[in-house]
Amino acid sequence: MLEFIRQLGRGGISQFAKLGRANLFMLKVLAGFPGLLRRPGLLVAQLWSVGVLSLMIIVVSGLFVGMVLGLQGYNTLVDFGAEESLGVAVALSIVRELGPVVTALLFAGRAGSALAAEIGLMKATEQLSGMEMMAVDPIHRVIAPRFLAGFISMPLLAAIFSAVGIYGGYFVGVALLGVDDGAYWSQMQAKVDLFDDILNGVIKSLVFGWVVTWIAVFEGYDAIPTSEGVSRATTRTVVYAAFAVLGLDFVLTALMFGD
Amino acid sequence: MKSNKTTELMVGMFIAAGLAALFVLAMQVSNLSSFGNGDTYRVTARFENIGGLKVRSAVTVGGVRVGRVASIDYDSERFQAVVGLDLESKYDRFPEDTSAAIYTAGLLGEQYVALEPGGSEDVLKDGSQIELTQSALVLEKLISKFLFEKASEGDKK
Amino acid sequence: MSDIPERLDTDPLVSIRGLRFSRGGRPIFDGVDLDIPRGKVTAIMGPSGTGKTTLLRLIGGQLEPEAGSVHVDGQEVARLSRGALYALRKRMGMLFQSGALLTDLTVFDNVAFPLREHTDLPEPMIRDLVLMKLQAVGLRGARELMPSELSGGMARRIALARAIALDPMMIMYDEPFTGQDPISMGALVELIRLLNDALGLTSIIVSHDVKETAAISDYIYVISQGKVVGQGTPEALGQTDSAWVRQFMQGLPDGPVPFHYPAPDYAEDLLNHDA
Repeated sequence: MLEFIRQLGRGGISQFAKLGRANLFMLKVLAGFPGLLRRPGLLVAQLWSVGVLSLMIIVVSGLFVGMVLGLQGYNTLVDFGAEESLGVAVALSIVRELGPVVTALLFAGRAGSALAAEIGLMKATEQLSGMEMMAVDPIHRVIAPRFLAGFISMPLLAAIFSAVGIYGGYFVGVALLGVDDGAYWSQMQAKVDLFDDILNGVIKSLVFGWVVTWIAVFEGYDAIPTSEGVSRATTRTVVYAAFAVLGLDFVLTALMFGD
Repeated sequence: MKSNKTTELMVGMFIAAGLAALFVLAMQVSNLSSFGNGDTYRVTARFENIGGLKVRSAVTVGGVRVGRVASIDYDSERFQAVVGLDLESKYDRFPEDTSAAIYTAGLLGEQYVALEPGGSEDVLKDGSQIELTQSALVLEKLISKFLFEKASEGDKK
Repeated sequence: MSDIPERLDTDPLVSIRGLRFSRGGRPIFDGVDLDIPRGKVTAIMGPSGTGKTTLLRLIGGQLEPEAGSVHVDGQEVARLSRGALYALRKRMGMLFQSGALLTDLTVFDNVAFPLREHTDLPEPMIRDLVLMKLQAVGLRGARELMPSELSGGMARRIALARAIALDPMMIMYDEPFTGQDPISMGALVELIRLLNDALGLTSIIVSHDVKETAAISDYIYVISQGKVVGQGTPEALGQTDSAWVRQFMQGLPDGPVPFHYPAPDYAEDLLNHDA
C-alpha cells in the first residue's frame, strides 16, 4: 500500500516536471518567432506539410459530417414540422462545436502525430544534437516554424471544415430531402450570429491549434530517442491532444455560451 | 517535398481557401449581411409584453425586412418594455401613426416586430415614438383564457 | 596509471582538468585530466560504455561537468554565455556516429546548411564552397541524392564535408569507423588524416577500433572506469607494461577485464536448483 502511494507520488512529480519542461519549451519556441520573420521560407515549407497535407481529410470529413447532420436533423425536425430550421441546426452545431472540435481531433491524428514522429526521429538520429553542435538552435530552426504553422493552419482548416459541412448539410437537406432552399439559408442567417457563434468558433480553433501543436512538438522533442520512445511519443500526442481538446472545449463552451 | 514554387503556390491556395471559408461563414451563414449596411434611424415603441423578442430580431413591413431591434429596456415608471428599432434610412416614409405588433414566425419560430402603416401626413423620424402597439401573444395566457372560458361555459349549463 | 610523458604542447587547444560527470547516479568520469594538442590527431579510446561520446558533448558544451573544467582555446566551456558558446561551436565540427544528416534536405543542402545559417554569402559562392567541400570527400557527384539514398560510409563522408564547411579549428569524430566495410573504412581513415594535415585542423577521434585509430593518431588516451588508464603515442602504448592497456590494445578476450561478468561459482550455480 505504501509502495503504491509512493509510486503515485513519483508519477505526480514526474508529470509536474514534464509540465514545467513543456512551459519552458514553449517560451523558447516563442523566442524563436522573431527569427522566422527573416526566414519566411521555413514557415511556408511547414504550412505545406502541416496545413495543405491535412486539407484532404478535413474536406472529406467536413462534407460527410455535414451530410449526416443534414440527414439526422431532418428526421428529427420533420416530426415537429420544423424542417425549415434544418439550416440553423446544421450551421450552429458545426460552427460552434463540430467544426473546431472535429478539425482539432483530425489535425491531432494527421498532422500532430506526424510532427511528433518527425521531431522524435530527428532527435533519435542525432539531427537535433548535430544542429546544436553546428551552433544552430533546433528550437528556433525546427520547432518554431512547425509550431507557428500548426497554429495558423488550425483556424483555416476549421473554417474550411465548417463551410464544407454546411454545404454538405445543404446538399442532403435541400437537394435530396426537399427542404426549401431559401428557408435553409434565411433561417440560418437569422439565427447564426457573427460574433457569438462564428467568432467564438474561430477563437476555439485558435486555442485548439495552440494546444494540439504544442503537445505534438513537445512530445516529439521530449521523446526518448529510441524507436520505441518515438512511437510512444506519437501515441501520447494523439491521446493527450484529444483529452486536451475535449476538456478545453467544455471549458470554452461554458465560458462562451454559458450565460 | 515538392519544388519551392509549387509549395508556395499550394500554401498560398490553402491560406486563400481558409480565408474564403471564413468569408463564406461570415457572409452566407451569419447575420452579418443583415446589419451594418447603410444608415439607420431609431424609433422607439412601448409594449406591455414583448414575449420572446430579442435584440437583432427582425422588423418587417408587409413581410419585408426594413430594420432590426436595436435595444430592449424596461421602463419601471410606466411598467412597460421599451424597444428601440433601427429602421433603414431608405424606408423613411412611415406615417407617424404607424402601429407595431409582435408576431411569431410559425408556431415555434422567432418573434419579430411587424409595422402596420397608418394614414397620417407626418412621418416617423429619428427619435419618434410609435404610439400604437400590440403586445406579443403569450401561449400560456391564451391557453389559460381558453380553459377558463370553457370552464365558465360548463358552469352555466 | 602508466608513466606520464612530457607534455606534447605547451598551449593545448582543449584542456580538461579533474573532470567529474555522472549520469543517473552512475559515475562516468571521475577525475579525468587530458590535453588535446593543436594540429594533431588525438584519439580517445576505451571499451564501449565508458562515456567517450559524453566526453565530446562536454567539450562541445552540450553537457556540463559536475566538477572540474573543460577549456577550449582558452575559454571555459561551461562558463560561456549562450552567444559565446554558439560562436565557439561555429569553430568546432562534430561528426556524429550516425552522420546526423538532415533527412529532409539533399546532400548539397546539407553541406550548405551551416553556410546558409551562419553567413549571408550569395548563392553562387555557397555553391562553389559546397562543391569544394564535396570534392574534398570525393562525393561531388552525389550532391542531388537524399540522405536515405546514401550508404553508411557515404553519409559519414557527407557529414564530414558539412563539418568542415565553416573551416573550423577542430573536428570531433564520434566512432567514425563503427560498422564500415573495409573500403569505406580505408577511405575514412585516409580522409581524417589528410584533412587534418591539409586544413591545419585539430582532430579528436573517439573510437574503440584499435588498429585503424592507432594508424592515424599522433597521441592516444585510453579511458576506463572513468579514469585515464593509459596515454602515449601509438608506439609507446604498444609496448606498455600496463596489463589492462595491453589487453585493450591487443584485443585479448581475457585479462584484467575478465571474460565473465561477475557471477557465483559455475559448478555451484548449476547444482543449486533452489534459486
